[in-house]
Amino acid sequence: MAITRQDVEKVALLARLQLSEAELATMSEQLAEIVGYVDHLAQVNTDGVEPMAHAIERSNVFRDDCVVESLPREEALAGAPHHDERGYLVPAVLGD
Amino acid sequence: MNEPYTTIIGLEVHVQLATASKLFCGCSTKFGAEPNTQTCPVCIGMPGTLPVMNLHAVELALRTAVALDCEIPPRTKWDRKQYYYPDLPKGYQISQYDLPMSHDGRLEISDTKGRFEPKTVRLIRAHLEEDAGKSLHDEAAGKGDSLIDLNRTGTPLLEIVTEPDLRSSAEAAVFLRELRLLLTYIAVSDCNMQEGSLRVDANINLHIDTAAGKVATPIVEVKNMNSFRAVERALDCEAPRQYREWQETRRVLGQSPKQTRGWDDAAGVTRAQRSKEESSDYRYFPDPDLNPVSFTAEEISRARGSLGELPATLRQRLEGEYSLPAYDADVLVNQGRPVVAYFLAVADDCHDGKVAANWITQDVLRVLKKRNLSIDELPVSSSAIAEMIVRIKSGELPAARARDVFQAMVDTGVDVGQAMSALGIASVDDSELVALCQHIVAANPKVAADVRGGKAQAIGALVGQAKKSNPNVNPNRVREICLELIGAQD
Amino acid sequence: MSILQRTACELVGSLRRGELSSAELTQACLDRIRAVDGQVGAFLRVDEQRALEQAEAIDQRRAKKQALGPLAGLPVAVKDVLCERGELTTCASRMLADFRPPYDSTVVAKLKAADAVLLGRTNMDEFAMGGSTENSAFQVTHNPWDLARTPGGSSGGSAACIAAGMTPLAIGTDTGGSIRQPAGLCGVVGMKPTYGRVSRYGLVAFASSLDQVGPMTHSVEDAALLVEVIAGHDPRDSTSLDEPVPQYSATVNEPLAGLRIGFAKEHFAEGLDAEVDQAVRAALEEYESLGAKVEEISLPHGKHGVATYYVIAPSEASSNLARYDGAHYGYRTDEQEMLIELAAQRKQLQAAGDQRGLDNLDSALVRMYRRTRAEGFGPEVKRRIMLGTYSLSAGYYDAYYLKALKVRRQIRQDYDRAFEKVDLIAGPITASPAFKLGEMTDDPLAMYLVDLYTVSANLAGIPGLCLPCGFTKAGLPIGLQLQARALDEERLLRGARMYEQATDWHKKRAPL
Repeated sequence: MAITRQDVEKVALLARLQLSEAELATMSEQLAEIVGYVDHLAQVNTDGVEPMAHAIERSNVFRDDCVVESLPREEALAGAPHHDERGYLVPAVLGD
Repeated sequence: MNEPYTTIIGLEVHVQLATASKLFCGCSTKFGAEPNTQTCPVCIGMPGTLPVMNLHAVELALRTAVALDCEIPPRTKWDRKQYYYPDLPKGYQISQYDLPMSHDGRLEISDTKGRFEPKTVRLIRAHLEEDAGKSLHDEAAGKGDSLIDLNRTGTPLLEIVTEPDLRSSAEAAVFLRELRLLLTYIAVSDCNMQEGSLRVDANINLHIDTAAGKVATPIVEVKNMNSFRAVERALDCEAPRQYREWQETRRVLGQSPKQTRGWDDAAGVTRAQRSKEESSDYRYFPDPDLNPVSFTAEEISRARGSLGELPATLRQRLEGEYSLPAYDADVLVNQGRPVVAYFLAVADDCHDGKVAANWITQDVLRVLKKRNLSIDELPVSSSAIAEMIVRIKSGELPAARARDVFQAMVDTGVDVGQAMSALGIASVDDSELVALCQHIVAANPKVAADVRGGKAQAIGALVGQAKKSNPNVNPNRVREICLELIGAQD
Repeated sequence: MSILQRTACELVGSLRRGELSSAELTQACLDRIRAVDGQVGAFLRVDEQRALEQAEAIDQRRAKKQALGPLAGLPVAVKDVLCERGELTTCASRMLADFRPPYDSTVVAKLKAADAVLLGRTNMDEFAMGGSTENSAFQVTHNPWDLARTPGGSSGGSAACIAAGMTPLAIGTDTGGSIRQPAGLCGVVGMKPTYGRVSRYGLVAFASSLDQVGPMTHSVEDAALLVEVIAGHDPRDSTSLDEPVPQYSATVNEPLAGLRIGFAKEHFAEGLDAEVDQAVRAALEEYESLGAKVEEISLPHGKHGVATYYVIAPSEASSNLARYDGAHYGYRTDEQEMLIELAAQRKQLQAAGDQRGLDNLDSALVRMYRRTRAEGFGPEVKRRIMLGTYSLSAGYYDAYYLKALKVRRQIRQDYDRAFEKVDLIAGPITASPAFKLGEMTDDPLAMYLVDLYTVSANLAGIPGLCLPCGFTKAGLPIGLQLQARALDEERLLRGARMYEQATDWHKKRAPL
């Protein structure tokens, strides 16, 4: 499956990555090569095989509805790159 | 409808489940806390943290699904819905995609105002997911910034999606009211739109009859409706707007991408919103940190058994067993389970559902509203009301004085007997009445003459005098006796 | 023998008998680190003062005859991917260069509860993505056996510090072989437990259904001691297994009678280095002389392991790393510069009358995300994020991700069938010994193919262990991999120990 530069640009946006011209070129090549390799999975006969999303399959794992003390606000915000006393600050979110 | 189109509406309702802690961590879900005081490494999505499912949230979700007559699949799982937004710290929302915990349910709606025929609204699915945080445009922090509050992140939500079965804003509003009523009856949510524990988005388009056949306009998603009234107003505004737009552009379903419009309640219009994410590719895949859940048949039947009588069944019972008019049954049921329970206690005690309903829908509810009380806080017990009704019917308590007795019980907490004594209400027996009437008739020969002469209403003066002499007299009985006496005088 | 050449189990004995203090032992490690780590580059950070304080505190408690944990006084190096409250946890990435988590990972909490001395944080491939530790944003780690070569990865730092005698115990993580492969390339013991055997709470996630934490040590006996401490159910990790932890350290020295060992015919195909082939076959013969029955088995879907892994792991990684966006923690791009860049672009588009370009121009928020991630992540991480995003995106999900999950089950079924006939599967860990630094940095696919022998255990969830089984003529270590059924760590350790006790490979130390 050929991976076009446009594909790569679309994926880069979905992944929120900014790639330079050089990176776009290299990335296109490398992705094409890797995807070309994994493409051979298409030839493996998997009829009737259930997908395995978990390495060990468990079910019905729960916790009780108990309230546990939250992080103090200063601790929660301590690692935030940009914040005031109340919360995280990010460039304005539009279209709300 | 004399509009040249049919309005097609589907609703997406997000209900916050009434758990004490969040869906995947132990932070409190209490409303109104200071920003970012109810978070922890898990709901902040810090590196290395993992979600663990809240059992009670699953139970409440199951209870709701069963109450909505949904199919429960043998196995359900959670998936990651991926997109970037500052109120979504992990960069994905844990939700359910292809194996939701319930699907194909229904809710019956009917309108006491008769605006539409009773109908069944089908539900596509109800699934359990986590909520995102909130972003506030912060003026103080610098014009270009938004303030992010993650308190709400991770709160358990049940997303309920209807088929586009609704045909008017009235149907939509009634559906929402009925849904909210049901959810509060089964105690799964506060359903408080002001606090955000119930949120609604609508999908609406039109089917227009043209010479060439029926055409459908593009579907518009309407958001930012903060009350049921706002939902009605928004839909009432959006349908004609779509029609005007179609007349101008002739664009039909499939010709343009789904639009999102926000309702501006102050201006009374919907406005197009800039689309947040390029044709959202959410890249759903099963969350590897969480395990699937399987409900046993016992769990499902236990959930069903825990529902109690639901609003629809209760309405029918009140109309059938207690002979209430549909309107009264509706009023009572809409007040919630405790008021209905109160009514049933009164009605069963006094054996008169209609009278009991009148007292409760008028006087009791008036007091509750005025004093901001819940029925449990009302100082008058159901048996007191029942007793009062019994005494009214037996004549012991004159109907004219009943409200005074009720008020006295509310104000001072005394019982019926004590209230009557305090008010000096005693039943006046017939011999006393006859004596009084004889006295009054004798003292008013002119009135008696008028009555005998054909002016029946003149008797009113004699009734008035009797009441003045003894406020406990039954005016109808007085009228009867006086008429007898006058008639006998000849 | 210098104390640094002794195994942890031997040191535990000396510490208990008072022949050695933890302070002395810790100081010896710190001296060794100072002497050689300049050349090796195994450690990202060493907190000398804190380590000595911890050691002295243990010594005092021991003097007072207070109860002590099973690792009391033993220095442990931890791969910089496990959270420790208040301490830097960087994952060798610029994205987390200043990140101090407000909580302990379960593994670190258990090490502390066992009274280990936390020596420092070891170098790794960024976010555990790589097979050579060359993807670290901060430094390169060199193989102590040949400084011009890589120690393998992603737990290269942990493997190297054991090999160079800087610490008796180390913790690594393994998603596609990242403990076992560097163990093999560095001539030490490395074990990946059954998936879910050790809690992942506080382990910065790479691929959630594949990641596991495990020990890296001089000997299998030491591995048993360490894995016993870190294993166990954790209610904070829903994928953690609710099974009791056997006393691995009590049974590890008991050989297994009637041991059935399988070797996959597919593992001895073309591409396997001749010296590796020879060493592994010799190991199989050694097992036979120890009374084990050795037979050929088949793992037919193993050849699809790398492809399967390189769809599933990047897919999960692309999702796990979405949280690194500069909003709530970690690195954020310079906003002033970003706004200037954006304004300049806008001006350009306006001048060119490019309305479409203007409509599609990133908002400030999106540009912040994109620049932050471009600057915070290295090329390998970006590559895997791109690969994963692609595999999960609309139109490709069925062909790639879903397909890979099906082949994964087939790989697991191969093991289930094989384990009906044998108890352990033995084979090479890599096709070749340690490769030169820089040899594969321009060829990502070639690097991925090194994982051929290791990824299947992660995909299937079964435990695997690597221990030294020889050296090349050039003096490079050769590793033997053993794999067992899920939750069969006891047999895996005992079986490995049988071979270890019959040979001397594990006693060799890098001539550094």
